[in-house]
Amino acid sequence: MQIYLPIAEMPVNVLLILAMGAAVGFISGMFGIGGGFLMTPLLIFLGIPPAVAVATQTAQIVASSTTSVLGAVRRNALDLKLGSVMVFGGLIGSVLGVWFFAAARRAGQLDLVIVVSYVTLFMVVGGLMLKESVREFWTNRNGGPTRPRRRGGQHAPYLFWPLRMRFYRSKLYGSVIPILGLALFIGFAGALLGIGGGFIMVPALLYIFRVPTTVVVGTSQFQIICTTLVALVLHAVANQAVDIVLALLLIVGGVFGAQFGARAGRNLKADLFRFLLAVLLLAVGLRFALELTVKPEERFSIAVQETRP
Amino acid sequence: MRIAAALLILLGLATPSIAETLITSLSNHRVLINSNYTGTSIAIFGAIERDAQTVARASGYDVVVTVRGPRQFLVVREKSRVGPVWLNREQQKFPMAPAYLNVLASRPISEITTDALRQRQKIGLHAIIDAPDFTNDRGQSDERFRDAFLRLKAREGLYLEDERGATFLTPNIFRASISLPAIAPPGGYDVEVALFADTVILARTLTHFELVKTGFEQRVGEAARDWRLIYGLFTALIAVFFGWTASVIFRRD
Repeated sequence: MQIYLPIAEMPVNVLLILAMGAAVGFISGMFGIGGGFLMTPLLIFLGIPPAVAVATQTAQIVASSTTSVLGAVRRNALDLKLGSVMVFGGLIGSVLGVWFFAAARRAGQLDLVIVVSYVTLFMVVGGLMLKESVREFWTNRNGGPTRPRRRGGQHAPYLFWPLRMRFYRSKLYGSVIPILGLALFIGFAGALLGIGGGFIMVPALLYIFRVPTTVVVGTSQFQIICTTLVALVLHAVANQAVDIVLALLLIVGGVFGAQFGARAGRNLKADLFRFLLAVLLLAVGLRFALELTVKPEERFSIAVQETRP
Repeated sequence: MRIAAALLILLGLATPSIAETLITSLSNHRVLINSNYTGTSIAIFGAIERDAQTVARASGYDVVVTVRGPRQFLVVREKSRVGPVWLNREQQKFPMAPAYLNVLASRPISEITTDALRQRQKIGLHAIIDAPDFTNDRGQSDERFRDAFLRLKAREGLYLEDERGATFLTPNIFRASISLPAIAPPGGYDVEVALFADTVILARTLTHFELVKTGFEQRVGEAARDWRLIYGLFTALIAVFFGWTASVIFRRD
């Protein structure tokens, strides 16, 4: 069953797009990440122009994170205060990221910057998480004490910096400076790579700030919805690259997938959850690393030159 | 595909010294794209008229139909090894490349005409791509970029050549079928027909057809272009609405 996409200017198979939306939505709902880093390469692989792929999948992220956020609100698993601080830092980071994006493009090295950033981010974040998971697994298996539970007064030194705030839902009390710094970095990377940055935020909140897993997913989705809403409108205004038909198909597939994903995520044990997320990130990082280092079958590529008005 | 070809429209004019006149007609001058568009094909018909004084040619006629899609500014990049990684290094620009190029001939082009004429008149896929003005030449060998360009475009089904694509129904009437894949972009398409006999061009015609979005597809395209902010906000609203609906439907916790 084929349908013609008015902005991408090509027909696609409806069922295939619905299935892709559902699959990415499942992963997104399960881990509290946007899933943009999975959807964009899939769409480009189908032959959809990269600009349209990047712009349109933001609509799907908006839809699936709306569902997640509403669910989190009902379960009281959203730290609105922490989320707002993250959004604030993220917006500043986005502006810097957009500026760096333009600078890299002028230098003609944008592709390289993007692929290298992908590889480093995914490998580092995934590797750290995997290491942590495996260590946890071994201590559990040997009957030793699991990671000591966090006790009051036992905090990392950077949380003692000035401008301290109390985040009740996240059981976190400390300086907002490292939190803003993290948000800034995520906003920067997100704007540069066209991703929401949930995959950096989830492990960072889990490991650096020791926020409870249930709150992490809701709060991360809250930040994602804010940044992707802005990105969606900006893409429509600046690039006219949002395909509403493709967006609808992805959304319909995605919202269902996200529901089942969220349910599956809640039934997962916390250590398995972290292990799976680590494997997913490493796999994506590895894929980009291979793209960079393996001798390509076709050394040539063709692209429409961007002409600026 | 609607065959309105019974009405042959006079489009070509023979050069004064040669007595053949070429008349061509397309089955459709405006191809509409709607939501179930998956490519189309257009028939081209042609007739060769001789005035009374012209002697019949012993070798018979040949035709080459060249279809050119909307022009695009394309870049071909080549990856090469830098240390452990493969990077895009060299590139070649193709500033006026047609998005779609289809050559339909009645016989293999090498049999129809000479190499020199083929190159000069840009007859055939290779002659068009090898033409000096096809790339922004940097004065060095860009052969491999032209080869890669053709290979990549052919793989997408956008550049094709069929040496038996035009058939003569009678010695003076021919037809050819131009098939447009679904990914051929909307825009204006030029159809050039060259008539040959004894390796020389006797007459040429140029006609056009248009590939346009219609109905819903057209309105969406216009909205995205002319009402950008509203279009973006509307898409965002739909996304939020669907997300909310799903959370209501699945409300069980």
